[in-house]
Amino acid sequence: MTAAPRDPAALPRLGWTLAALVLLWPLLQLADFRPAALFEPGNLAAMGHFLAGFLPLETSPDFLALLGRATVDTLAMATAGIALAVLLAVPLGIVLTRSLSVSAIGPGRGGWIGRLLRAGARMLLAVLRGVPELVWALLFVRVFGLGPAAGVLALGITYGGMLGKVYGEILESTDARPARSLLEAGSGRLAALAYGLLPNAGQELLSYTVYRWECAVRASVVMGFVGAGGLGQLMDQSMKMLNGGEAATILATFLVLVLAADGLSEALRRRMA
Amino acid sequence: MSRRAGVSGGAVLAVGLLLAAVAGSFAWLDMPLAALFTAAAVEEAGGFVARFFPPDLSSDFLAKVAWAALETLAISLVSTLLATLGGALLALPAAGRHGLAGRHAARFALNLLRSVPELVWATLMVLAAGLGPFAGTLALALHTTGVLGRLFAEALENSPPTPADALAGGGAPALVTFLYGTLPLVAPQWLAYALYRWEMNIRMAAILGFVGAGGLGALLYYSLSLFQEAQASTVIIAMLAMAVAVDGASAWLRRRAGA
Repeated sequence: MTAAPRDPAALPRLGWTLAALVLLWPLLQLADFRPAALFEPGNLAAMGHFLAGFLPLETSPDFLALLGRATVDTLAMATAGIALAVLLAVPLGIVLTRSLSVSAIGPGRGGWIGRLLRAGARMLLAVLRGVPELVWALLFVRVFGLGPAAGVLALGITYGGMLGKVYGEILESTDARPARSLLEAGSGRLAALAYGLLPNAGQELLSYTVYRWECAVRASVVMGFVGAGGLGQLMDQSMKMLNGGEAATILATFLVLVLAADGLSEALRRRMA
Repeated sequence: MSRRAGVSGGAVLAVGLLLAAVAGSFAWLDMPLAALFTAAAVEEAGGFVARFFPPDLSSDFLAKVAWAALETLAISLVSTLLATLGGALLALPAAGRHGLAGRHAARFALNLLRSVPELVWATLMVLAAGLGPFAGTLALALHTTGVLGRLFAEALENSPPTPADALAGGGAPALVTFLYGTLPLVAPQWLAYALYRWEMNIRMAAILGFVGAGGLGALLYYSLSLFQEAQASTVIIAMLAMAVAVDGASAWLRRRAGA
């Protein structure tokens, strides 16, 4: 009873913490959590040998040429993937937007076709983005063979799903009145989109697309782990051959690429804002 | 004088550059897009898709998938928990509470942890800890520490210092000042960030198995390598279901926590 007057919340907090710790135990078992594994002699030797190989970095001209090619591959994969994603997302995003629905103006028969279409589009988008891009890539590699084509399609599909959903949300949350009055005056849906919604929403749409490009660069860096080309494939090979010097050079390239994409995307978005 | 309102030369240039970048990317990658739409390719793709149906729903395999899903859940939870602890520890110096040198060192460490993708950490951790879920847990924890540490530090910097100052002025020790002056202010935001990363981590945990780090991904990789597409499709459905469930759970938690 001495602790209670000082902090009335202390006891319940202690109780919840203990309950959480009890729950944590089976989780740690499931995750096979045994830090001692890090210090087993076999693992220590493998990691130590690998890390010791990090220096000096591999800088032979042959390897650097390979690395340069893979870097451009990675950037091109991200850019092409986002282009595909935008192609996929724009029509689906427009379908999702209620403020462009002509039947909503009425009077008429309720517009159940529009509602059905929107529900269908929403479900399609959920499946597209619900499966991670690496799983798509793994599947596409089976169909189209090794190489960046699988990565581009995978990025296009997953990011198409994300962009479509967000495009729809952005368009829904912008002021619907300009588009509504255009539609009521008899203009088509596309004209209402271009002159009623885009002037208010365009910046946000663009800015989000640029942000997703930045994410796509990060994603395409690892696409190679499932055989979809780019830097990841090079990294995978070096890791499998336990070539520390090559791995270190590739890791450094990763860092530079990710930080550069971060910086470029931030600068672009600041300029647009 | 005939320039139209609202369209600047800069915007035209930007659009031109953008289109050039996209066209250049497709040209560089040399994608056989035309070959994708030949009758033979379409038929082959159709056959490939058909092999995924119906999904393998035998009780043996479902039990395996359920176990792997549980493992994935455990990986994501434990790694997010570790990352929350690590992120909080690094966020204090990164927010400038232990001098300028500490701030720079912590920021550098956070940037390094954050810039290396989870999957790359996983390949490294498979070397360091052996194949299995532990490697995946460590990999996710390392990357997430970098992300959360930065977000936590931002929250710390933006929180008003007055309650902590008042406690410190009253003679409270540093730990008490932090626990009762600063933590209550940032805790809702920290919790929201941690939950958000948990959502992302469960998706990542599902694919870390591709490089041998346990969970559903290992099962998917394995069944695809053996051309057992029916089993692969069960695993993919499980992944989808888990992502949806986690979204719901974390939205509910967030509403309850009022964050």
